[in-house]
Amino acid sequence: MFGYTFQWNQALARLPKMLDGAVVTMEVAVLSMLIGILCAILLTLLRLSGSRSLRAVATGWVEVARNTPALFQIYMAHFGIASFGIHLSPFVSLLIGITFNNAGYLAENFRGALKAIPDTQIRAGRSLGMSQTQAFRYIIVPQMLRISFLPMTNQMVWAVLMTSLGVTVGLNSDLYGVTQDLNALTFRTFELFAIAAVIFYIITKIITLSARLIAARLFRY
Amino acid sequence: MFDTALSSADLIFLAKGAGMTIVVTAISVAIGTVLGIVFGVIRVQLGTVYAAPLTFFLDIFRSVPLLIQLVLANAFMGMVLRLQFSGLTVACMVLSLYTAAYCAEIVRGGIDAVPTTTRRAARSLGMTWGQDMRHIVLPLATRVALPSWIGLALGVMKDSALVYVVQVTELLKSTQILITRLQEPMFLLLICGVFYFVISFPLARFGGYLEKRWSND
Repeated sequence: MFGYTFQWNQALARLPKMLDGAVVTMEVAVLSMLIGILCAILLTLLRLSGSRSLRAVATGWVEVARNTPALFQIYMAHFGIASFGIHLSPFVSLLIGITFNNAGYLAENFRGALKAIPDTQIRAGRSLGMSQTQAFRYIIVPQMLRISFLPMTNQMVWAVLMTSLGVTVGLNSDLYGVTQDLNALTFRTFELFAIAAVIFYIITKIITLSARLIAARLFRY
Repeated sequence: MFDTALSSADLIFLAKGAGMTIVVTAISVAIGTVLGIVFGVIRVQLGTVYAAPLTFFLDIFRSVPLLIQLVLANAFMGMVLRLQFSGLTVACMVLSLYTAAYCAEIVRGGIDAVPTTTRRAARSLGMTWGQDMRHIVLPLATRVALPSWIGLALGVMKDSALVYVVQVTELLKSTQILITRLQEPMFLLLICGVFYFVISFPLARFGGYLEKRWSND
């Protein structure tokens, strides 16, 4: 009917290689998420700080991360930085690009979460003899992370999907890169990318489901 | 840095790319919003169980990278169905469905935000379902949904940077072509980034303003 013979066997034979790629994809996503959360907490702190220039830097980071395409940010991390004579490997460039993006979006989430925490709590902590740092560390950050847990899950899914952009800076070990290389070898474009799509779908489902389980366990009360 | 080989012809080339970005975004957001409203209303009307197939279908567009969606659609149209669609058509089709998937979620959230009692009151005053939808749900849901929708439209504009994969030369691709020729990556990427930023930033701020203004009443 279609005049096209699907050859799933050829594509399925390459599944182990693609799963190896999926592992790299997860590595990038998890690393970018962890570093991204740290950067986002730092950005949130900077945006609260008294120094005007520090606030401007943090706000600039957040706005650029949120208002330009992720692909642009990855290009910047690869080709942009390269024009200063620093040549990063595709893996590092992709990691920097996604981390930059994650940190921007997460910082905005954290700012929203921060508004939900009453000022009185910090004052209570301070009057109990905590220092400013202790109050932030023990009172604000845990609640901030809890309130923004759901947005963080979404961001994690985004991070996984964004890893597919690594191919534009020459990364060929992640799931998309592996699939593209296999496609060049076999020309089973549709079959290969359909399998990649299924793998991505499963990964995102695992993330959202496990996040739901973790949330149920962590936030029981 | 100001010593550049960029000529006026190159600037026109970039402007064409920017135009393509705007065209793709406008078409996709327009079609996607209409589809998204239809899907969103259907999902609310059918309830969780009966709408499950639709929910699953829409969920695919949110769980698979856009790059793969574009490549798959292109391969399916070209190799399997042997249709001679242009890259622009494929790009708009995929991006429309992508937009629709997110928009359905926003519409659903908006409708859910209208209190059931308000809608029951409307129905018991003798309004039909259509009247209820038009005069009660639409104004109230818009307040909740519009700020998110602005965010979605801007998101689609940023994601349209990926349509290069189906041979559509939009802004980022034309920038890349120029980078290859002129070897001035930083300067060209900055021009490109500023373009996205100038469109996205004010609208994002406006969305944030609407959200703030409409949230506390």
